[in-house]
Amino acid sequence: MEPFKKITAVGVPLLRINVDTDCIIPSREMKKVSKVGLGEGLFAGWRYKDTSGREPDPDFILNDDRYSDAQILLSGVNFGCGSSREHAVWALVEYGFKAILAPSFGGIFYNNCTRNGLLPIILAEEDIALLAGWVAENPQENRLVIDLVRQIVSGPEVVAFHFDISPQDKDMLLNGFDMIDVTLQRENEITAFEQQDRRIWANLGETQLIS
Amino acid sequence: MSPQTLFDKLWDSHVVSSLGDGVDLLYIDRIFLHERTGSIALKGLQEKKRPLRHPENVFCTIDHIVDTLPGRGDETLMTGGKDFIQSTRASARDAGITFFDIGDTEQGIVHVISPEQAIVLPGLTVICPDSHTCTQGAFGALAFGVGSTEAEHAMATGCLRLEKPKTLQISFEGQLSEGVTAKDMILYLIGKYSAAGGSGYSVEFCGDAVSALDMEARMTLCNMAVEFGAFTGMVAPDEKTSAYLEGRPYAPKGADWTRALCDWQDLESDEKANFDKKIAIDAANISPMITWGTSPGQAMALDGLVPDSVKMSDPHAQQAAEKALAYMNIHPDRPLSGLAIDGAFIGSCTNSRLSDLRRAGEILKGRKVAEGVRAICVPGSSAVKRQAEAEGLDRVFTDAGFEWRESGCSMCFYAGGESFGLEQRVVTSTNRNFESRQGPRVRSHLASPETVAASAIMGHIASPKEVKDGAL
Repeated sequence: MEPFKKITAVGVPLLRINVDTDCIIPSREMKKVSKVGLGEGLFAGWRYKDTSGREPDPDFILNDDRYSDAQILLSGVNFGCGSSREHAVWALVEYGFKAILAPSFGGIFYNNCTRNGLLPIILAEEDIALLAGWVAENPQENRLVIDLVRQIVSGPEVVAFHFDISPQDKDMLLNGFDMIDVTLQRENEITAFEQQDRRIWANLGETQLIS
Repeated sequence: MSPQTLFDKLWDSHVVSSLGDGVDLLYIDRIFLHERTGSIALKGLQEKKRPLRHPENVFCTIDHIVDTLPGRGDETLMTGGKDFIQSTRASARDAGITFFDIGDTEQGIVHVISPEQAIVLPGLTVICPDSHTCTQGAFGALAFGVGSTEAEHAMATGCLRLEKPKTLQISFEGQLSEGVTAKDMILYLIGKYSAAGGSGYSVEFCGDAVSALDMEARMTLCNMAVEFGAFTGMVAPDEKTSAYLEGRPYAPKGADWTRALCDWQDLESDEKANFDKKIAIDAANISPMITWGTSPGQAMALDGLVPDSVKMSDPHAQQAAEKALAYMNIHPDRPLSGLAIDGAFIGSCTNSRLSDLRRAGEILKGRKVAEGVRAICVPGSSAVKRQAEAEGLDRVFTDAGFEWRESGCSMCFYAGGESFGLEQRVVTSTNRNFESRQGPRVRSHLASPETVAASAIMGHIASPKEVKDGAL
């Protein structure tokens, strides 16, 4: 996965609460056993005029030319709630998003983001409102800067906001780590845990099924 | 040792190692997969030639995309669905995991069959790339949904790297009123505390009204913990839990069973355990519930009035309510009851078990679905379907005018195959009323199976009481 360090990019405000993963990518847009080819289905229910077609709905903010090439999404509480589908994150990434700002996130979605190089940033609702207002004045000019090393979101004319992120997630994003490789280095500890596990009843390896 | 919550006990007993900064490497005992999100996880491992650490701990079923019409096979109404099924089957066989295929007696919705087979047990960690894995917390397991990448991680390493959530105790005190179900309890909770009310917490449900629930009702309660925004939900195991599990295919046997019962004795929150937050609810205050909007948090009493967005104090909730009222084509300060419906759906990992079908059957018996209403029942597993048929429930449903289907997730969500029609109003026993969840612009109202059955009979949103009191 691509490392994330610092970006300067167009932000797009989608200030709704409870934006669920069905809205981010409807199930009907998950057409193949694949992590790619999903960007077109992003927000399909809102982005296109009808379900089967691809005619853009001009009322949806991502179809507004002023926000073209947006890489930062600003949204409301509980962003990414609902289904665990990682396709929501794959679709956002493929579309070009690199960071999402929201007051809170669905828990599974949050972890899916960090595992795919998409930075989820938790900021207070009023701070997001302030940033969104400033961005909307002139989206292409008023670009946001996100510095993961310093954990700061800023713009030239707005105050900088500090955000929290766990050291593990920060490390993973900064380095683009594949966490399976990192965890496999702890093979000895995992084996030790298995050997001292006394829950014989939990062990399916030695269980024979009742027929 | 200081007093611990049930969650703390489950968590601590699975810590392989502390990674610092509040992150633990947690051992995962069971992994379940399905063709929707599990297929891609298996494919991901295969592409990188990563072996599974314990294939014997990994199970897979076909439930999400497979058709539920009689005579089904790999072909699906959803374009391309066949590829998901066949790819999953091939990957599952290559990986050497236990696979419940279409036509197998064990097949069904993952969160219905895992308990049926006793794959979930008290004290285990269970994951699935499916948000409703919290359902299985009903057995006193630490069961939670993850993404596909995390499922790969768990299959390759036997572990997950996790930050410990906070703990929230939700106590339903006293007794439920007649006709009030676990579905009403969870909708009441989410309606009152919002769809983000449990955000960041692991929830333990307790109290007399929870203890009184049977295992299937506890599953319904825990199923929608994710709709409350929680990391998971759980109920401490008791005699009902072990009675349910004993003798099932993957349950421990003989001396192992005795040992398990002994170990499970400790799986409860200690008397003075410290929760980060507590909520107490008087069960007597809960009445049959239904959702009016497009988030499970937009819920109301079935005999109440649709809220007025103008009166909401939070501007974002107000804006969301306005959008939802427009989408659902309903009006504030009016009852939902009496609103004409086009569809009725009984099924899903929330409410598709035998007890759900029996309760709905009580209402349907000797009655007919109203003209113009498409009514569908999809048993949660092949076993539920067989049991229901053995006691004649299938006839009760079909005589009333319901379609009687093969098991699967079916029309709980629209994947490009079957759906209800454009802008149709549906009363549904499922868990999500999101925009277009059950089909393009479909208007979904979440409720208990008995409310779905009653509404199907009346042809409008109706309570079971209305059916029983009425001449129908």
